[in-house]
Amino acid sequence: MQLDDLYRRVIMDHYKNPRNRGTLEDDAVTINLNNPTCGDRISLQLQVVDGKVVDAKFTGEGCSISMSSASMMTEAVKGQTFESAIQMAEKFSALMKGDSVEFEENEDIEALSGVNKFPARIKCATLAWNALRKGIENQNKE
Amino acid sequence: MNINAIREQFPILHQEINGHPLVYLDSAASSQKPRSVIDAVKRYYELDNANVHRGVHTLGSRATDAYEGARAKVAAFLNAETPEQIIFTRGTTTALNLVASGYARAVCGEGDEIVITPMEHHSNLIPWQQVAKATGATLKYIPLQPDGTISLADVEKTITPNTKVVSVTYVSNVLGVVNPIKEIAAIAHRNGAIMVVDGAQSTPHMRVDVQELGVDFYAFSGHKMCGPTGIGALYGKKDLLNGMEPIEYGGEMIDFVELYESTWKEIPYRFEGGTPMIAGAVGLGAAIDFLESIGMDEIDRHEKQLAAYAYDKLSTIEGITIYGPKENRVGLVTFNLDDVHPHDVATVLDSKGIAVRAGHHCCQPLMRWLNVSATARASFYLYNTEEDIDRLTDGLIQTKEFFGHAIG
Repeated sequence: MQLDDLYRRVIMDHYKNPRNRGTLEDDAVTINLNNPTCGDRISLQLQVVDGKVVDAKFTGEGCSISMSSASMMTEAVKGQTFESAIQMAEKFSALMKGDSVEFEENEDIEALSGVNKFPARIKCATLAWNALRKGIENQNKE
Repeated sequence: MNINAIREQFPILHQEINGHPLVYLDSAASSQKPRSVIDAVKRYYELDNANVHRGVHTLGSRATDAYEGARAKVAAFLNAETPEQIIFTRGTTTALNLVASGYARAVCGEGDEIVITPMEHHSNLIPWQQVAKATGATLKYIPLQPDGTISLADVEKTITPNTKVVSVTYVSNVLGVVNPIKEIAAIAHRNGAIMVVDGAQSTPHMRVDVQELGVDFYAFSGHKMCGPTGIGALYGKKDLLNGMEPIEYGGEMIDFVELYESTWKEIPYRFEGGTPMIAGAVGLGAAIDFLESIGMDEIDRHEKQLAAYAYDKLSTIEGITIYGPKENRVGLVTFNLDDVHPHDVATVLDSKGIAVRAGHHCCQPLMRWLNVSATARASFYLYNTEEDIDRLTDGLIQTKEFFGHAIG
């Protein structure tokens, strides 16, 4: 068990200097999600125009893995259509299962591949992505 | 207390985790099991297994004797007046829900009060929220002092003649504080309320005498006191239990069954519908024998020493916050390291073979009171040593270095 596999430098950088941390205007889509088993929580906001995510921000509390994952996801999702955002979330699920996946949207995300070796921490990494899926599913319903 | 001889009896402790000898510091979540408990469960299944209270055959009698023998052991362990005042349950949660559903729902109504504290585990909080919602009773909280203790002056102020139920944990699973149950029970009784105690964190670690405490209901789990999972018990005062309706109906708990009406067995059987956790009860009985062979006072003393040692040792780490009072604490220490989330602390410690708990510990209201989203917790039992705490301290210093370097 190598800690360096989990806590890669790029992850620590996103943890210490989170991108897109903050809030958007009131008309943004807001998704609040928590992880009831551990207390992590995220409030994700998506600015949506014509089926596209044009901006994304988040606030929340959690460990280095959950917060860095949120930081990377919000970077990657900007400019994506709902469909491509969901595809990216699917790719992230595959990454967590141990598949080798490339993220041309944001290569930093690949650094989270090490989480796969720490089963107890997968739920930390997926919190922000579950919020993204939920937000888009709600939009698609409307 | 020969700690090495005790450790020898716990097979699970003698293994490496991630290349390091295991340091198990999560007994407040679930304790490890000595060989005598594991063997008792195995022996029951190999030699005596049958259903209880039914068969005429020999195995049925042996299983019944083993199950009722375990009940008598629990009764003696808690100094209950009689064995029939011990109801076997799945654990503390089921026991507390039984009091809430079977007793409180029947006696509470508009204008009545249920009094608890903000340090309760969710299992001693949500059942009362639900009773309050269903009956129109008001749920009230005894406030906590800044150090997490309860002041009897606040207890006096919160409990009124309208209070029907007071339910408080004996020991907080986060703060480690021991609450003045005997005094709170006296105040509850003076106001005509009954006293319920969550004994999940006290029963494994100290001598408990339900008569001396003067409590009406007392709940605990077997798996935190060297017993198997899936078994626990509720102690109740005889007249209260006799006045309570069952909440589960089925086999084992009935007297006469007609097509449209039925009558119930006497206590405790009316609360034990269905085939009970016989092997679990046998294992719990063996766990009590094991703990008694060492002595609860001896275990209490050992853990208080470890708690004091851990408090002093961990306090030397720069940037650590320890929650709860220094004095009057059982063998657990809940803490946070500056700038490192408790999940990350737990993962780094695990990589060094050290098992601690991280999260909200099923105490979300208490986390909000502490103004944190989560904490790390190291909890000790009779098999832990000062060397375990030294390993924890070194592990935490390395965690800080690792994150200082990684974040740097």
